[in-house]
Amino acid sequence: MVYEKVNEKPAPITSKGIIGWLRENLFSSPLNSAMTFLGFYFLYLIIPPFVKWAIIDAHFVGNSRADCTGTGACWLFIKAKLDMYMYGFYPLDLHWRPNTVYVLFGVLILAFKFIKNNMAKIVLFTLYMILVFILIRGGYFGLSVVDTNKWGGLMLTIIVAGVGIIASFPIGIVLAFGRQSNLPIIKSVSVTYIEFIRGVPLITILFMSSVILPLFFPEGVTFDKLLRALIGISFFQAAYIAEIIRGGLQSIQKGQYEAADAIGLSYWQKMLLVILPQALKVAIPNLVGSFIALFQDTTLVLIIGLFDLLAMVQLTSSDIHWLGFEKEGYVFVTIVFWVFCFAMSKYSKSLENRFNTDLK
Amino acid sequence: MENKNIIEIKNLNKWYGDFHVLKDINMNIKKGEIVVVCGPSGSGKSTLIRCINYLEQFQEGSINVDGIEVCDDVKKIKAIREDVAMVFQHFNLFPHLTILDNLTLAPIWVKKTPKKEAVETAMKYLERVGIADQAKKYPNQLSGGQQQRVAIARSLCKNPSIMLFDEPTSALDPEMVAEVLDVMVELANEGRTMICVTHEMGFAKKVADRVVFMESGQIIEENPPKEFFENPESDRLKLFLSQILSH
Amino acid sequence: MLSILRNQKVRGILFQLLTVIGLVAFLWYIGTNTLHNIEQRGIRTGFAFLDTTAGFAINESPISYSEASTYWTVFEVGVLNTLIVSFWAIVLSTILGLIIGVARLSKNWIIAKLASAYIDTFRNIPILLQILFWYNVVLATLPPPRKSIEFFNSIFINNRGIIVPKPIFGASGIYVVVGIIVAILAVYFINRWLNKRQEETGEEFFFLPWGILILLVTPYLFYLLGPDKIVWNMPHLKGFNFRGGKVFSPEFLALVFALTIYTATFIAEAIRSGIEAVKKGQKEAATSIGLSPYQSLKLVVLPQAIRIAIPPTINQYLNVVKNSSLATAIGYPEVVTVFAGTALNQVGQAIEMISMTMAVYLVVSLLVSMLLNWINHKMKIKER
Repeated sequence: MVYEKVNEKPAPITSKGIIGWLRENLFSSPLNSAMTFLGFYFLYLIIPPFVKWAIIDAHFVGNSRADCTGTGACWLFIKAKLDMYMYGFYPLDLHWRPNTVYVLFGVLILAFKFIKNNMAKIVLFTLYMILVFILIRGGYFGLSVVDTNKWGGLMLTIIVAGVGIIASFPIGIVLAFGRQSNLPIIKSVSVTYIEFIRGVPLITILFMSSVILPLFFPEGVTFDKLLRALIGISFFQAAYIAEIIRGGLQSIQKGQYEAADAIGLSYWQKMLLVILPQALKVAIPNLVGSFIALFQDTTLVLIIGLFDLLAMVQLTSSDIHWLGFEKEGYVFVTIVFWVFCFAMSKYSKSLENRFNTDLK
Repeated sequence: MENKNIIEIKNLNKWYGDFHVLKDINMNIKKGEIVVVCGPSGSGKSTLIRCINYLEQFQEGSINVDGIEVCDDVKKIKAIREDVAMVFQHFNLFPHLTILDNLTLAPIWVKKTPKKEAVETAMKYLERVGIADQAKKYPNQLSGGQQQRVAIARSLCKNPSIMLFDEPTSALDPEMVAEVLDVMVELANEGRTMICVTHEMGFAKKVADRVVFMESGQIIEENPPKEFFENPESDRLKLFLSQILSH
Repeated sequence: MLSILRNQKVRGILFQLLTVIGLVAFLWYIGTNTLHNIEQRGIRTGFAFLDTTAGFAINESPISYSEASTYWTVFEVGVLNTLIVSFWAIVLSTILGLIIGVARLSKNWIIAKLASAYIDTFRNIPILLQILFWYNVVLATLPPPRKSIEFFNSIFINNRGIIVPKPIFGASGIYVVVGIIVAILAVYFINRWLNKRQEETGEEFFFLPWGILILLVTPYLFYLLGPDKIVWNMPHLKGFNFRGGKVFSPEFLALVFALTIYTATFIAEAIRSGIEAVKKGQKEAATSIGLSPYQSLKLVVLPQAIRIAIPPTINQYLNVVKNSSLATAIGYPEVVTVFAGTALNQVGQAIEMISMTMAVYLVVSLLVSMLLNWINHKMKIKER
């Protein structure tokens, strides 16, 4: 028997379109409908009051505290303190230097979109960090020196995170190789280091590098407070990077190691030319995740007396001219951190997707 | 053709922990000989050829490759690996490099060949195996058969005197086996010394000078292909042949 | 002789030897410097300070502590407070994380989106910021004690914390404890007996609600048997503040709330990935052989999901303990704050004291990884 062709017919209205979607996702059962109402009620409890406080009743225009009269948010406070949040105690007339750093950062991100070569990206980023150091600290090319105790705010947060990323990476790679090694002493030194660091909170490492590190060196060798924090954070992060890279290394099939051996590469040639590039590719989503964590961890430096963005907000909350506006300060810094971290995690997701399609 | 032995294996013994995986192996291979090693899985045949280029280490006995002794000496290992090439069952191409880069990696970094020369050599061998047009692609974009041919080209780039094949077609879909075997037959006819661990008996019959049967870590029987397949002497070889030649 | 240097094994040994020499040299260098510097600054060494009087007050302590207590007691108080706050945060974040994790997978679009938004929000805000937010913004805006928010005239919420009646057990405390033990044993054995009965006769019994009932009622029954009744230490307003009752300080609350909300996001993700990892085919197979949704959850999905979700969850518990150290920023007296903070400022023996503090966390880490290994071993799916 031969059958006649049946043409496509449009679907019944209740199973497609908006109504279909609503039925399926929100009201498919009594329980489901109840949960939907609960969900909307919850949103109703939270969103309108916040919007009212933050936007509708808020004060955006004005000059001083006196202009913040009502119950809404006083964003003037943020406006007045923005300078300190962005630059810390950096001299006002030298603000062009950190500003250049910010602009160049944007340029860097754009450049990253176009440069494919990973090695080039790493070199570029390192050059950028060196430039940042020269610009911010000064002392070279005729730029006046700005002491590290004047650095603060978002600028300091980015510097700490950036240096942490760059310094911890090579240390982490060495540790990861060490942990994979067949040589027992190398392996146990790496394992001990990694497990020790991962077992203690960052704050204890920061205390250690703040208080104990100076004792390790002869008198007269002074350690800049910021440098101590950077050392602590770098060595801390290195242990976590090491574990991530180790995960990447373990995902590489034995055959790759064998093929590299068979064509005659030495140990370092094999690791750097064949194994590490593949391991890093696999590890990238986790690496970005750990950088997000590092960015958040920079807030801990406030405990050892450095004035990162969070510390600046805390500090300005006790300004006698602007008492009572902690809320605005904290909301502001929450939004800043959230935007940065969320953006980085979206980037990580896109990398993950790109990596997954790469494979086939 | 000289009758010099290019590979001499004497009283080779290897243990994995307590497991005696290679038992008193003695084997001499002449220059230009094509030797096929076969046997059931777990017989130690892959392990044996991996000992030749020091991918596996052995506890007793000796292996001499083209006058160099296989041992812990870094310089000697390097010299042996320049002379001995290996083609793996799972190709083991480097996925993050293009086909061309896969081939030029060793010449540039190990032999310090200038890039131009390395690329010329690479393209020559890619043409040999019929993949020249895929040079800029990545391994994952090629089929299994193509990848294996690239792997063969990669090992040819250093112009080795000895080629080891570790079940080169076992991981391929049936329709791609022929293209790889064809390349191997051509190489055999050029006079290279080849040791192949394989189940492809057609290949063995066509080009092998000698077929070796291993089981449980030991060489049970070896003969030129005609005698090997038509008049197997040992019972174990008879059983093995009946199993693999039944279809 | 030179050919020995080319031997791979020899090279390996040489390399390791060099590493050891390098390490020893480095340690010797910092060791001598440190000893010299310590001497120069008049800092003592050794652990004798642990027996000396501390001389400062600690706001909350589970054991008796006064200004006359020794530094060792300070250390004990710190460790106990760390464990207490971690315990609360772990329990609460697990419950919250479970709810959010399951909600994330709900078919209800709103619920799933809300859970997703929760995770995306709190995961991207630094934990220290969350702690400070709770402490400086939420808890600080609570009313003063005289204007507390109150429930049933016994629970009070104000800017000095949450104050609840404190039960004093006396002798009947033992009865309650015995009752709890009896309840747990009863539930365990009844469950075993029911499983056996199901194996033999095929009859199934839905024990879960009964089990919960037994756990709740038995201790109370035992309590009724006891000699005296619970005396409640009721909080009452005296002057500007409350006296009596159990006080949960704002420092404690800020730490617990922030840690709970922050950690719950990671636990939710762990649970979600556990459930998602159970292949769709498993649930389909379970329903096709006739299991009810509850049965397929209990027998097929959850056992597999838990295997995957447990290691990251336990890792998060370790993170809770480590993150409790951020209490330093708000003054909750856990070990970093009182010992590596206040006490260290007074005594000055940084190396000993920071080492002791680190040792606490290392011990916890070690216990947790031993626990993880044991769990992994128990749960290993046998492979060929």
